[in-house]
Amino acid sequence: MLLDVKDLSVQFTIPDGSIQAVKNVSFTLEAGETLAIVGESGSGKSQAVFAMMGLLAQNGRATGSVLFNGKEILNAPLKELNKVRAAEIAMIFQDPMTSLNPYKRISDQMAEVLMLHKGMSKADAVKECVSMLDAVRIPEAKARLRQYPHEFSGGMRQRVMIAMSLLCRPKLLIADEPTTALDVTVQAQIMTLLSEIQKEFGTAIILITHDLGVVAGTCRETLVLYGGQVMEQSPTEDMFESPTHPYTMGLLHAIPRLDQGGEELATIPGNPPNMMNMPKGCPFSPRCEFVVDQCASQMPPLVAVGDRRRACHRTVEELVV
Amino acid sequence: MSEREILLSVSGLKVTFDVYPHGAMPWTKPRKLKAVDGVDFDLFAGETLGIVGESGCGKSTLARAVARMVPASAGQVLWLGKDLLNMDSRHLKAVRSDVQFIFQDPLASLNPRMTVGQIISEPLRTHYPKLSRGEVKATVKDMMDKVGLLPNMINRYPHEFSGGQCQRIGIARALIINPKLIICDEPVSALDVSIQAQVINLLMKLQKELGIALIFIAHDLSVVKHISTRVMVLYLGNVVEVADAKMLYARQRHPYTQALISAVPIPDPKIEKGKKIILLEGDLPSPLYPPSGCVFRTRCPKVQAICSIERPKLETLDDGHKVACHFHD
Repeated sequence: MLLDVKDLSVQFTIPDGSIQAVKNVSFTLEAGETLAIVGESGSGKSQAVFAMMGLLAQNGRATGSVLFNGKEILNAPLKELNKVRAAEIAMIFQDPMTSLNPYKRISDQMAEVLMLHKGMSKADAVKECVSMLDAVRIPEAKARLRQYPHEFSGGMRQRVMIAMSLLCRPKLLIADEPTTALDVTVQAQIMTLLSEIQKEFGTAIILITHDLGVVAGTCRETLVLYGGQVMEQSPTEDMFESPTHPYTMGLLHAIPRLDQGGEELATIPGNPPNMMNMPKGCPFSPRCEFVVDQCASQMPPLVAVGDRRRACHRTVEELVV
Repeated sequence: MSEREILLSVSGLKVTFDVYPHGAMPWTKPRKLKAVDGVDFDLFAGETLGIVGESGCGKSTLARAVARMVPASAGQVLWLGKDLLNMDSRHLKAVRSDVQFIFQDPLASLNPRMTVGQIISEPLRTHYPKLSRGEVKATVKDMMDKVGLLPNMINRYPHEFSGGQCQRIGIARALIINPKLIICDEPVSALDVSIQAQVINLLMKLQKELGIALIFIAHDLSVVKHISTRVMVLYLGNVVEVADAKMLYARQRHPYTQALISAVPIPDPKIEKGKKIILLEGDLPSPLYPPSGCVFRTRCPKVQAICSIERPKLETLDDGHKVACHFHD
């Protein structure tokens, strides 16, 4: 098992009290596998992985356990963490422009990773960078290495980020909304690239996204978060075919689809929960059409059935309109 | 189609921006950036025209030029038969009460120092200054109710609302003076999926009730398909294909539209697995240095010699489908 996350919680202390952004999230990931974490904004999907990587804001506190290759990395000392980060777990972010340094040439930014983690000389590092840029299909890699981030288009920048994250051959790649800022045609390029890279290097991928379409095409396993808690986890195909949680059902019906017509979209009434005053029981209960009294007072446990897990007081059979 | 009232008729519309090269001197001649390069279309009353294309293809500029928010450099825009581009400001004001905008970022398009009531009533107070305060307030409350906002929130400020609610405020502001046309510039792209569905349904419901025409700009093709009656595909400031939404999504005639639609992920793993994506090579060329001939030829899988010499005209096929390609299907 490559990654074993148990009861991960993230809390932020703010002047008015505290916010629980992530609550008791557990999941596992085998080497070379792909897991999608899906959720709306504020569902805690990004904060969960930030906590794993030790990237929380200063007022954030993470509890629980994150075992990477059997070693605890949650709240590990910086020295330990820096051995794992980039070398074994790499991360790419939503906006490639803000994650690249605008003052430095691509070559300097990329070579830095190898010099720091592998102790390579600059010349060797640059050579390695060229071959990596080739691997992510950037034409004329050698010439482009001398350029600055602003000279690249959005899709190209994301390719540079992917190349940079793969330099140390990490075992796990965390992609936080890698295609949200890109056009569909470029998104298709990047997603194809990611799955090719995964085959070539055997990297495990955690894909964080709000786009269920992207998930459908790429991921074996899907985890649905809402209000910082796991609502449902199952193999992607099963989840799309027969969602077992009211939130997942609502989500799947709310997206307009290219391959289907239809007059009105099904909606989930209400708004996403306010982190400041979360409902006491299930965070989805105020918007749920199958709500019962129990939901408001008690968070349902995450129960495993076969290879699927769900957190809902109602049985699957009851969830029929 | 001809018996329906034509609201807006655009022909040969061009918008160019002056771009000065790095280190330009005061006498340096600017380069011309053609953001919109000769676009023609008609908009009928009560219909929804979807405009799609990648970022930088000129969709927003086109919409802004139509409402005279950016100056057009050539072409003609007729609003109910009257020339909009050469209209004096007094007549323009009357047109502006018929054409309203909804913007992408719901929070940024609302003044943070005005209350919701002030924001929604501003068009009303501008265009109908003779209304009494009581009448204005009643109309605003009525409109808030229509778009799904509680009328007792009238004295709150924008920051107290969520993204979806802010977009509802934007919609209320656009609707309050009974416009004939609303231009929606990516109205749902900043919203979460569950909220996006609410806003789309609201827009469609209001359109049906009030019979307004919509120009709906988005980069999300599934959303555009859902809401539009006709769809126009732009590429680098040029129209490449226009057709009825159903026809276009059933069969695309232009290679760019084919690639664009094949790239849209469908939320169904079974379909996704068997789907063939037409991957386009490279990126959108810079509009400062557009390719000669057909603008799409640098990325086109069907490119041939003639494409670099002659720019294809937008031709109408037998079923009313319009396409600009030498080798269309």
